[in-house]
Amino acid sequence: MAEQEQVRKQAPVRREETVEETPAVSEQGEKIKAELDDLLDEIDSVLETNAEDFVKSYIQKGGQ
Amino acid sequence: MAIPKTLGIETEYGIFLRGAGESNPIAASSMLINAYLHDLATANDHQAKVGWDFEDESPGNDARGFAPLGSRPPDIETHLVNAVLTNGARYYVDHAHPELSTPECADPLSIVQYDRAAELIVERSMRAARRMLPPGQELVVYKNNSDGKGNSYGCHENYLMERQTPFGRIVAHATSHFVSRQIFTGSGKTGTEAKGLTARDVPYQLTQRADFFEEEVGLETTLKRPIINTRDEPHADATKYRRLHVIVGDANMSEVATFLKVGTTTFILSMIEDDFLPRGFALESPVQAMRQVSYDLTLRKPLRLLDGSTVTALDMQWELYERASKYASERGTSAVGGPVAGQVLERWEAVLTQLEDDPMELADQLDWVAKYRLVEGYRERNGLDWGDPRLTAIDLQYHDLRPEKSIFRKLGMQTMVTQAEIEFATVNPPRDTRAYFRGECLRRWSDQIVAANWDSLVFDIGTEPLRRVPMMEPLRGTADHVATLFEECATPKELLDRLAIGG
Repeated sequence: MAEQEQVRKQAPVRREETVEETPAVSEQGEKIKAELDDLLDEIDSVLETNAEDFVKSYIQKGGQ
Repeated sequence: MAIPKTLGIETEYGIFLRGAGESNPIAASSMLINAYLHDLATANDHQAKVGWDFEDESPGNDARGFAPLGSRPPDIETHLVNAVLTNGARYYVDHAHPELSTPECADPLSIVQYDRAAELIVERSMRAARRMLPPGQELVVYKNNSDGKGNSYGCHENYLMERQTPFGRIVAHATSHFVSRQIFTGSGKTGTEAKGLTARDVPYQLTQRADFFEEEVGLETTLKRPIINTRDEPHADATKYRRLHVIVGDANMSEVATFLKVGTTTFILSMIEDDFLPRGFALESPVQAMRQVSYDLTLRKPLRLLDGSTVTALDMQWELYERASKYASERGTSAVGGPVAGQVLERWEAVLTQLEDDPMELADQLDWVAKYRLVEGYRERNGLDWGDPRLTAIDLQYHDLRPEKSIFRKLGMQTMVTQAEIEFATVNPPRDTRAYFRGECLRRWSDQIVAANWDSLVFDIGTEPLRRVPMMEPLRGTADHVATLFEECATPKELLDRLAIGG
């Protein structure tokens, strides 16, 4: 393995300031919500049809 | 002085035979692995099946130098399928689960590559098994750590350490890391399996495993699990090395989470060897703290220390990160993964910063965040209560390794290795550890190797007695050492003769 020494900068000072809450739902927020909606639709299409039976029948023996 | 951390991950997978009513997990696990080996043998007509050699296994040895009364060393089940692959990995049945141990890796990025290769091997095994099963049946494998009913199975990490480091110092410092690293290593879980608690108390938690730890230090791995496991079986020269067997971690789907889990722990253990950590964060109750951190989605609840002060998991990780950064600049990175160590530090800092600002920003990097976003979104959209089986189904299916059913695969999370690198690692060993020697010998001469394990290979070249090649140094047998030798030797006999001359 290469015995390479890495010169690194000092660890930057951690950010302490708090970010102000944005009052209204931003365009970015709408986009994120739409993406999540699409994802949840996709989950609906692959999710086991009888969730309750599936969850009940998933039994494993304990391992390490 | 800290030694280079040779690394490995062993994953026990959940397994389930669909469409057959009752399923026998041991038979299912054997079938999964045999189906894969059968496919390999068909594709590769000279590929003989090489079995595991148990000669040097002693999982009952305790790192503290004694065996506490009443503790049970694990049993080795030799009758079950147990194979060594040409990438240097071990693929076997353990405790009613299929398990795959990566080959020895020299840095955390290589671990990510071989951990993902293990998933691909399992995926191919499922496909191979489907061809052998009657219509309507299939084997399904989950890369998670619990069935949601109190049964857990592990994803263990292994780190080679120098023998002379006092075990007590490892316990003192590693415990606080294992408690606090859960904020980025967790795979997320709906509800809880701790006695006396329900989804009402813990709707969602950061990790799969925290519910299952009952002791601070111990030899057990299957009951009364300890935060620090004392199994002392280095699979290497025991006078020089120990192997820290870490059993607290979750199996991660996220490559970033696997990278950070192993990368940060590599730093902590090297700093322990070099006595570089100033204070130990002596927790009042480490076992309680494991759960407290896992149950606290705000990441803000203080943990009590023995001296009466308090600290949050995030604060602990910031202090460890800052120390690691100083360690790298003062001591170099040869013990912590070489050039990859810089990437560990950068990612560690970025993830802590985001965890502090808004953990949800990490939905494309960390498992617990990604899964939380989905179950919470689904719950809200459908007006469900926590504890609803549909949320548990999403949790389970996040870890489904069938590409078409895997919820994780739908998310397009950040990756750290390419598909080509993963593909390569399913058949080729890492070049920078002794796994190279093991894997290359198997690829060339599997029909003349009768057994293999982590620290030796046994050849049958037609003359008595069988010839055992010990491999007690994890960083010998690399491509740098033996690639030329392989080019020059046409048969294992030539290789063995050359090795004997070379001493």
